[in-house]
Amino acid sequence: MIAIRDGRDQRAFAALFGHFAPRIKGFLMRSGAAPDLAEECAQEVMATLWHKAHLFDPTKASAATWIFSIARNRLIDRIRKQRRPEPQDLPWGPEGEPDQADALALAQDTEKLAQALATLPDKQRLLIERAYFGDLSHSEIAAETGLPLGTIKSRIRLALDRLRHAMN
Amino acid sequence: MNTIQHHLSDALLMGYAAGTLPEAFSLVVATHVSLCDECRARLGAYDALGGAVMERSDHADLADDCLAATLALITQGDRTPTAKPHQGGIFPTPLQDYVGGDLDAVKWRRIGGGVSQSLLKTAGGATVRLLRIPGGTAVPDHGHRGSELTLVLQGAFRDEISRFGTGDIEVANEDLNHQPIAEAGPDCICLAATDAPLRFNALLPRLAQRFFGI
Repeated sequence: MIAIRDGRDQRAFAALFGHFAPRIKGFLMRSGAAPDLAEECAQEVMATLWHKAHLFDPTKASAATWIFSIARNRLIDRIRKQRRPEPQDLPWGPEGEPDQADALALAQDTEKLAQALATLPDKQRLLIERAYFGDLSHSEIAAETGLPLGTIKSRIRLALDRLRHAMN
Repeated sequence: MNTIQHHLSDALLMGYAAGTLPEAFSLVVATHVSLCDECRARLGAYDALGGAVMERSDHADLADDCLAATLALITQGDRTPTAKPHQGGIFPTPLQDYVGGDLDAVKWRRIGGGVSQSLLKTAGGATVRLLRIPGGTAVPDHGHRGSELTLVLQGAFRDEISRFGTGDIEVANEDLNHQPIAEAGPDCICLAATDAPLRFNALLPRLAQRFFGI
């Protein structure tokens, strides 16, 4: 990602494309997009990544997090047909060079989060994933899994607690 | 701002990160996060969780020319809008985008009892409005059929639950019946979103409701 941002490196872009584009398309299809539209949106997400690479800050978000946020916004715009209000940018502080140690710590946290998610009990992980795919609301998940809404909410809360615990 | 006492719930932050909230709720969340470093940091964690979920999602097969098509798209230049800088005033940028300016650009409409409102246009079911409540004035006693988010942008109000000052957000659901009262002083300006009509406990506000679509 840094090679793309600072070097405009096309080979690095192709490598990143190979990793993320199939996942973005898969994510968008799970979220309700038809395959053709999901493919088109995945291309748009990767093009946005190239154009907005100068905004990528590895001390604030990992590449996966940043790409997820671009894909999510594309989903809201193209598939849910809504505007996406985004928080105001933080004012530029008197920070100097981006801190390498901060970027490393964030990368490690991201890795730990992925591992924590992978080791959640299946039932809990599935509910977290479905909440992000947005394919079903809480009450629809309730109808499909046969679990009462209170159980679903507490299971999601439990999953989040476990993730928090794993991060500490 | 370190004076904020009332924050967003995990469910709202996760829904906003997932992009599954109605637009009206997203606007209130984005406006609160603009004012609240704590919720901004928590939101960062939910975005990271979304990244982790996407990393794990099934790979979909791409068309053979997908990379070539993307490179062709790139040569057409950047067509996504860039974030506008803050225009100054009390509204954070996401709210200024919807209002078309700051407090002085709001087109108020009186809804009785000294209270004024301005509906903002959003898609997706829920509605969002700005409310202006003169200091010392009460909003009619009401309950909720769905959820109501109320973010204070200026002044403060008090209800059966607590005191809500500038930057604070109250998350109310079906269980809450409350009568917010603006504190004496400048007008209390709030941004409020609901996903179902409010349930007023007295007849007159119920009649007014039909006319004003609260």
